[in-house]
Amino acid sequence: MTMTAKTLFAMSRRDLITLVIFTLVVLAMPMWLSPLGAAYPGLMQKFAIYAIFALGFNILFGLTGYLSFGHAAFLGVGSYTAVWSFKLLSMDVIPAIIFAVILSGIFALAIGYLSLRRTGIYFSILTLAFAQMSYNLAYSVLTPITNGETSLQLNLRDPRVLDLAFAPRAPGLPSASLFGHTFSGLEAFYFCAVVLLIAFFIAQKIFSSPFGMMLRAIKSNQTRMNYAGFNTRSYAMTAFVISGMYAGLAGSLLAITDPLAGAERMQWTASGEVVLMTILGGVGTLIGPVIGAWLIKYFENIFSAFNDSALHHFFGFVPDGLREVVVAIRLQICWRRLAIDPRPAVRACRRVPARRDHGRGSAYSRPVRQWPDPATGHCFAPAGGGVTP
Amino acid sequence: MSQSDANIVLHVADVHKNFGGLHALADIDLQIEEGKTHAIIGPNGAGKSTLLNVIIGRLAPSRGAVVFDGKVLTGKKPHEINQMGVVRVFQTPEIFPELSVLQNVMAPAFAKRDGAFRANIFMPLDAEKTIRDEAEDILNNVGLFERRQSHAGSLSRGDKRRMELAMCLIQHPKLLLLDEPTAGMSRHDTNTTIALLQKIKASGMTKVIIEHDMHVVFSLADRISVLAGGG
Amino acid sequence: MNAILAQLLNGLDKGGAYALIALGLTLVFGTLGVVNFAHGALFMLGAFCAVAFRQLITLETVTLDPEKLSPWGAPLEIRTPLAQSWFGDFGGVLIEYSVPLSILLAIPVMAIIGIAMERGIIKHFYKRSHAEQILVTFGLAIVLQELVKAIFGANPISQPMPSVLRGAADVGVWLGMGPNVLTYPWWRLTYFLFATAIIGAVFAFLRFTTFGLVVRAGMADRETVGLLGINIARRFTIMFGLAAVVAGLAGVMYTPLVPPNYHLGMDFLVLSFVVVVVGGMGSLPGAVAAGFLLGILQSFASMTEIKSILPGIDQIIVYLTAVIVLLVRPRGLFGRRGVMES
Repeated sequence: MTMTAKTLFAMSRRDLITLVIFTLVVLAMPMWLSPLGAAYPGLMQKFAIYAIFALGFNILFGLTGYLSFGHAAFLGVGSYTAVWSFKLLSMDVIPAIIFAVILSGIFALAIGYLSLRRTGIYFSILTLAFAQMSYNLAYSVLTPITNGETSLQLNLRDPRVLDLAFAPRAPGLPSASLFGHTFSGLEAFYFCAVVLLIAFFIAQKIFSSPFGMMLRAIKSNQTRMNYAGFNTRSYAMTAFVISGMYAGLAGSLLAITDPLAGAERMQWTASGEVVLMTILGGVGTLIGPVIGAWLIKYFENIFSAFNDSALHHFFGFVPDGLREVVVAIRLQICWRRLAIDPRPAVRACRRVPARRDHGRGSAYSRPVRQWPDPATGHCFAPAGGGVTP
Repeated sequence: MSQSDANIVLHVADVHKNFGGLHALADIDLQIEEGKTHAIIGPNGAGKSTLLNVIIGRLAPSRGAVVFDGKVLTGKKPHEINQMGVVRVFQTPEIFPELSVLQNVMAPAFAKRDGAFRANIFMPLDAEKTIRDEAEDILNNVGLFERRQSHAGSLSRGDKRRMELAMCLIQHPKLLLLDEPTAGMSRHDTNTTIALLQKIKASGMTKVIIEHDMHVVFSLADRISVLAGGG
Repeated sequence: MNAILAQLLNGLDKGGAYALIALGLTLVFGTLGVVNFAHGALFMLGAFCAVAFRQLITLETVTLDPEKLSPWGAPLEIRTPLAQSWFGDFGGVLIEYSVPLSILLAIPVMAIIGIAMERGIIKHFYKRSHAEQILVTFGLAIVLQELVKAIFGANPISQPMPSVLRGAADVGVWLGMGPNVLTYPWWRLTYFLFATAIIGAVFAFLRFTTFGLVVRAGMADRETVGLLGINIARRFTIMFGLAAVVAGLAGVMYTPLVPPNYHLGMDFLVLSFVVVVVGGMGSLPGAVAAGFLLGILQSFASMTEIKSILPGIDQIIVYLTAVIVLLVRPRGLFGRRGVMES
């Protein structure tokens, strides 16, 4: 079949209207988000980026029903690749995105090849296991590539061969640019928004194509698909790779808005988050996961601010107050016995738990990586006091 | 054998299948002639469904081989066997409950046209006029045209079976395997199905029918094999 | 040989923790059919029962010493834990044994939390898809962990073990190998024995009581048991409470080994899911066996000799094992056909 521009962009009327409305909503974000107190670039970039992540995840989960619990690995691969592209080649975002998408696609191909041999929760656990392996390795033996705990970031001695071939090294760390134009203000957001629109358009095409119907049919009855002459493994594999590439794309955009890649992006809670976004918004619908991503990122932002002040004080107050009541009762008794006035010496009890809160980011991401205890290999928490004799 | 080999489209050659100690199929030798309707009858548990499962690649025979159109089917994957032109209607309908009736029938047509895998995301489903027309045509034949936009899961059992038949017919198979196509159908539905199958018979499609209902068997079959006690 | 034995011992206590959590997870999945992502949070809540108990009994009164002055002339403070001023020497014993004693607090607290969770939330999700169950239980886990973070802060709070159990048992002597050849910390030994006892108790409960019989029947075929006119709902609630208690106790006793913090649950949850799947979904012996297997493998992988051959293997061994098991034995070590497959 000859593929003319007409078929390439052919869309039903309904899809076209959806696309137009969606475009307006995304591009007008700075306007309609400002009454909600969320119209600052950093958050809006997150809205665009995580919407891409959720869109891609939904191509796999929503259409084929395969629930991957390791998609954050592809996000991480995308981020690392983009930062490496910045370091080695150029600060231009286009090569960074292209390499990130290709590499995460290859990564998805390898993981999908093994994981898609199983279905149901077994598939989920396989993807989870691969992602956790990537996460743990990124922190340990892969440190030369990932820079481990300190995260991969730009530095002043980066080769950046393409950039430096055309211009002398400028002082200070460079930032991401598009065809030589460095992003400033809302430009990075609009760049992410345009990428989101392209990603949305492709997702629409997939949803309305025969290929999309085949994926839905796999979810509905894989056995029948096989006996109807379809190689279902190839279909699921393609969906897996496409959604892995979406995740890699999202990861590279994260690196573009902040050229830093850390392994915590690959942690399973990050995979869990995209599952939540998709389910919250509506599995298998096109727009649902996008809304889910926005809601989760919006409330995460609110709660991380809320957490540090209001919520914190509210819950912090209760046990303290309770403790003071108990202490006061005891002091009455002591006071009578010792016949001195103890009040000036009253302190809050010695064992006030530390209340410094490091977790400013994701509501449930682990803020600080804890190293495994060399003696025991506990990799989930620091070695406790008194473990070893 | 009186016929020449060219006429034998399916040859089940000494197929043996045991599950543990149970001999489900014992040295079955069966030849199906091209263009004929071959009925297999026998009591419950005689191994009729097992035989179909072996032919379509759901089960691997313990011994023996199945040869279709001069090619060995044994060891091939189900979708490869389907791509060679062997299609089966299941006893309990295997359909896509979440898709519409029309989509259920269109999906197998893509397998026929595009092969086992083709990731074409450019052409919208709505633009696939040829396949759509053909699916609507076949739905008309099986009497489900009015319900083409319904969810397949909401159909009655009889309608599901007719839809599954339509899903198989749209692939224009060389060999159609029918596992009790009229079981559980009303007299009227049974007669409609018989009429439909007779119409297909005129087109020269080879069919293997497993059936209990002798009325159906005598209305359709050119040859009858009896399978009893695994042999 | 000794090194291998030492690693085997090292793996036992961690294996015990994995097995206990996986056991509860399997009980809930097997009986209620619920994929409970809040199970790790129950483990964490158990650990914080120990923290809360200790904080409660070590609340102090601060008074000024009427006679003595500190070197710079300020009155000296007398700090008396409440437990001590109430109960005298017995109060000191209470503080000393706060971790094992928290079990007494944890049992009712965890049972109440478990039953409240099941009645309040989980109950409504029996008939829903696994995806929705995961959504709601994962959300619940986040809420619980944020609550704990708000109350106890984000930093790990270490819990001392009783001083009797500090130090190490000279296991080598018991095995006739001479002193100091093979030692094993007493608390880890205690944890292993504790885990074994709980596992034994759960199995005995399921094996020898009528209640257990019904539960096992329910795990094999829920619908039929429901049709027999048995009030399965009440038993499910109790099972959920039991699973919560098992997870909680595993958490209480683990606190001296790893100072608990609010995300302890999430860290253990993912590992225990791997354990459950390696053991075979819905199989209790599988969960226990896989728990110990993975605990021991993990401790072997952290041997220097092995790490020098395969760098990073200690980081991935659990997941690598899971991948291999699932690819070779699709239903896990002890899994039955048809569980969680569509």
